Amino acid sequence: MLEQFFHTELSLSIAQAVIAALVSLVVLLLSYWQRLSMEKEILIALVRALVQILAVGAVLVFILQGPLWVGAIILLFMMWMAAREAARRAKGIPGAMRVTFYGIFLGSGVVLLVMIFLGVIEWRLDSMIPVGSMVISGGLNACALALDRFRGEVESHTGQIESGLCLGAQPEKAIMPYVQKAFQSSLIPRMNALRALGIVWIPGLMSGMLLAGSDPVIAALYQFVVMGMIFTSSSLSAFISLLLVRRHIFSDADQLLLQSKYIQSPKKDRVKLG
Amino acid sequence: MKAIPVLETKDLGREVEGKTIVTGVNLAIRKGEVLAITGPSGAGKSSLLRMLNRLDEPTHGTVLLNGEDYRSLPVPELRRQVGMLLQQAYLFPGTVVENLRFGPSQQGKELDDAVVEALLERVGLQGFADSDVAVLSGGEAQRVSLARTLANDPCILLLDEPTSSLDEANRLGIESLILDIVRQNGMTCIMVTHDLQQAARMADRVLLLEGGHMLKVGTPQEVLHA
Repeated sequence: MLEQFFHTELSLSIAQAVIAALVSLVVLLLSYWQRLSMEKEILIALVRALVQILAVGAVLVFILQGPLWVGAIILLFMMWMAAREAARRAKGIPGAMRVTFYGIFLGSGVVLLVMIFLGVIEWRLDSMIPVGSMVISGGLNACALALDRFRGEVESHTGQIESGLCLGAQPEKAIMPYVQKAFQSSLIPRMNALRALGIVWIPGLMSGMLLAGSDPVIAALYQFVVMGMIFTSSSLSAFISLLLVRRHIFSDADQLLLQSKYIQSPKKDRVKLG
Repeated sequence: MKAIPVLETKDLGREVEGKTIVTGVNLAIRKGEVLAITGPSGAGKSSLLRMLNRLDEPTHGTVLLNGEDYRSLPVPELRRQVGMLLQQAYLFPGTVVENLRFGPSQQGKELDDAVVEALLERVGLQGFADSDVAVLSGGEAQRVSLARTLANDPCILLLDEPTSSLDEANRLGIESLILDIVRQNGMTCIMVTHDLQQAARMADRVLLLEGGHMLKVGTPQEVLHA
């Protein structure tokens, strides 16, 4: 129907965005009706989302025409930002930013490199950047979940961990059950996504390809490729972060530093041994 | 020749973020002695105890174990020699025997069934080896925790209010059990308690701490009835 009024691709897209925004305003009316006092917040979020995504689109117009090394810099920047975001969920863990950066850099970076090298991801900016961003964001979510759960487990099992240390266990051994639980918990969303793939939901990438007129089987296969990459990158990022963090929460003399009493300023309490 | 104290603290202290938790503790503890550390809440009793097996790090002074600075020992080895029983049992999920075998397995040793049964007999839990720790009462769990510590064959036993979470009957039972084991094996025992009567019942000497400082040290009669 819209095609009757909008004849260029740009004007048609703008009209579609306006209609999507108008439909979203139903939530605003609902908020007003139920006196949730969220109208301003909803309006700002909608406008902000539109401006942000348009800005990214505009920047991508220039970037996608640039040389390939720009892609590497952008992916590195994304990893750094993802690490910063994941580190915010790891409050109180000494060296959290370093842990999350290495986790995401190695976890997502290895997957991207292997896939680019094998030709699964095309050696083109318009392929590397969008697929890379999905892979990195998978790493971010898994890292954040793993570290959040890990911190919770350690805080609620301080007694068991210190009992292990008192019995002469190495820190890695005393902390192992909680590393395993955190890792399992970080995999749950991705496992659910794999189980529900195609039955409960058709992910955005496949939907986009279908809307753009791709063959459904080709779209489904490519979606699986991307899901597989996200699954691997998420798992590796969480695993590497947990391997690194399990040593960071102990002092050089195998003393547990991550306890609720240390949360405010763990670094100050670390004692250098002579 | 005067015997070397089994454990000696030299100007031992700890500060956290500029706040003094414990300061200037000088103590010499003989082999086979039972020392009770007592004092009001926040006096630094548990902090002092935790420094003795390096669960917390001293920021001043050090501890000598049989005349040797304890920092020269590998930390796991130090903690095997200076065993510690925490306020609660904190057992690992699984069976009693798995808990008992945890300590020795850290050195690649496996406790055989006879040793496990002997340990359980010492703490009055014969036949409990295959019981799931989830079904144990508070008193039974603390006995398993004691047996688990003894499985490492420590020469010094640190007790951090080991009966504070138990009822009266269990408290007296664990008290006499600990004293029997300590006396029979010639072990040295340092215990934290806020219960002055318990200190008087169990200890050869009592250390009274206040605000992280040593206030008094002497026999229970000298310290508690002065």
